[in-house]
Amino acid sequence: MAKAKSETTTAAEQPQRIPAMQRLLDNHFLLLFIGVVVPTVLYLLWGVMELSQIPIAE
Amino acid sequence: MSITADTTVIGGIAAKFRTCPATGLQVDLAAERLIKANAVAAIVFLAIGGLFGLLVALTRWPAVHLLSSDMFYLVLTAHGLDVLLVWIIFFEMAVLYFASAIILNCRLAAPRIGWLGFALMLVGALLTNVTVLQGDASVMFTSYVPMQAPPNFYLGLILFAVGALLGCFIFLGTLVIAKEEKTYEGSIPLVTFGALTACIIAVFTIASGAIILIPTWLWSLGYISHIDTVMYKLVWWAMGHSSQQINMAAQVAIWYAIPAMLLGAKPLSEKVSRSAFLMYILFLQLASAHHMLVEPGISSEWKVFNTSYAIYLAVLGSMIHGMSIPGAIEAAQRRNGFTNGVFEWLRRAPWGNPAFAGMFLSLVLFGFLGGISGVVLGTEQINIMLHNTLYVPGHFHATVVAGTTLAFMAITYLLVPLIFQREIIWPRLAKWQPYLFGLGAAGISLFMMGAGTLGVSRRHWDITFSDAALSFDYPPAAFLMLGLNGLSGILAAIGGGLFVVIIVASVLFGKKVDASNVVAALGPTPQKQMSDTVSTYGSAGTFHLPGTYILVSIFFTAFVLYYFVNWKYLSELWQLG
Repeated sequence: MAKAKSETTTAAEQPQRIPAMQRLLDNHFLLLFIGVVVPTVLYLLWGVMELSQIPIAE
Repeated sequence: MSITADTTVIGGIAAKFRTCPATGLQVDLAAERLIKANAVAAIVFLAIGGLFGLLVALTRWPAVHLLSSDMFYLVLTAHGLDVLLVWIIFFEMAVLYFASAIILNCRLAAPRIGWLGFALMLVGALLTNVTVLQGDASVMFTSYVPMQAPPNFYLGLILFAVGALLGCFIFLGTLVIAKEEKTYEGSIPLVTFGALTACIIAVFTIASGAIILIPTWLWSLGYISHIDTVMYKLVWWAMGHSSQQINMAAQVAIWYAIPAMLLGAKPLSEKVSRSAFLMYILFLQLASAHHMLVEPGISSEWKVFNTSYAIYLAVLGSMIHGMSIPGAIEAAQRRNGFTNGVFEWLRRAPWGNPAFAGMFLSLVLFGFLGGISGVVLGTEQINIMLHNTLYVPGHFHATVVAGTTLAFMAITYLLVPLIFQREIIWPRLAKWQPYLFGLGAAGISLFMMGAGTLGVSRRHWDITFSDAALSFDYPPAAFLMLGLNGLSGILAAIGGGLFVVIIVASVLFGKKVDASNVVAALGPTPQKQMSDTVSTYGSAGTFHLPGTYILVSIFFTAFVLYYFVNWKYLSELWQLG
């Protein structure tokens, strides 16, 4: 009984490994960074690059 | 009990709290005051913008044709501005403060900056409104260049955006405080995560707005000689459409919050629902690209990637929420004892509670009308049939009016007793309000989409072209659609007007809420108590959800049928052979 109690305590004291996905979702400022960078690159920068390549009418 | 305020010093900073009699949570009085101010400002602008909307609907109705062309475009500009931007962003500030300080049981970061943000938003909204009403700024909500408004139009928008950005930073700062002061364990609750998603999209939206509105303001002042029209359109829509994606994240957070508070509902899988919000953070803003689908200067790769490949991942996120929320309600109702048959949980849901009814109607109308039509509009090939027709306003009235506005109205029925500490006055009238407004909003959306499918252009004052040199006749069905749109507009205006009157009267004259009447003040609930599920992390732990599976199957069938019906329309546009 005492042994079982000791094992339980040890398991509870061991730091739990946090999955990578949960670490990402708990990192609010990393989410803010990717939430701004992804649309900036895929929508804004890519779009501006395409528009800037249109030749000026003469 | 609810009135007693205690001063607590945390981290050397004093904050005054009261104890909520319903949840036992500590409520920061500074956050509470800011929530009240933002919610009141939101509802005032909803009333003004909604009145403008009624005038637009009555002018679009050919038999009534209420306003002159000049007044029509002025009122249309003010309507778009007040309801698409001012009402929703003010309310979203209230949602951000509620989802951080209140749900996380902590003090609000920098409340004085919050008041500065509120003042900037109010001054900005008033400045732009006054400029529009003076008559020289009828450039519509989109304000496409080379149409030029007076400088104060753009300045007002910039001030409004800066104020909203301050609100976002306060939300992020409050998350840091809550983590430092350990007011929650592990991950933040799902509703707060949804609000975080809204905040992140808001930061991108406001940054895009700054990129385009500051040069346009300088152009209006005469310091810049030229702004490229297509470049303007590209960057403006990164703000214009993304601002509606802030709503989307906020409304989904509310869809989770209301069943959690009233029924004790938990998401089917907290992890999966959070991953669905991650899809929003990564891809939802890209939906802006559907406004550019007919621009010849941009490649098909950019168009198809942004509106199809990437945005379908955001749509996947919506589908996850679309199953998880009714699933969470079914799981909670079954746990509460409604286990007979497939649909007892739905039949015995608290339909007489305006918060629950508004939330569920918002979910269904958004999914069936706004969601499906959004995917149709985002398909490059089909978009060519519907671009710049009334179908587009039909789509966004389904998302922003039937979806977001109804969801915001629904949560207000809980905010009044919990934050304003007043009972809802005229509960019987309040019971019917979401149905009236929902029916009107659904009609507006459906009939405008119907008129758009018949080719009616989205911004034209007179579809009879009575003063045009060359005549053009739309099919008679288009006139019927616009008449039904007008009737639906009246219905929605009655529902919206009732909401404003009920909430204002409740805040001013409602009976005070304390521990003795707080649960009754929340409206009919099966549990007769308020659940604290909204402020905890966790999943429902069951997938025995036969009713939800049937509802989801009906949705998928409607989605597939409607999507392919539009391809059939497209195939009939150009007859081959």
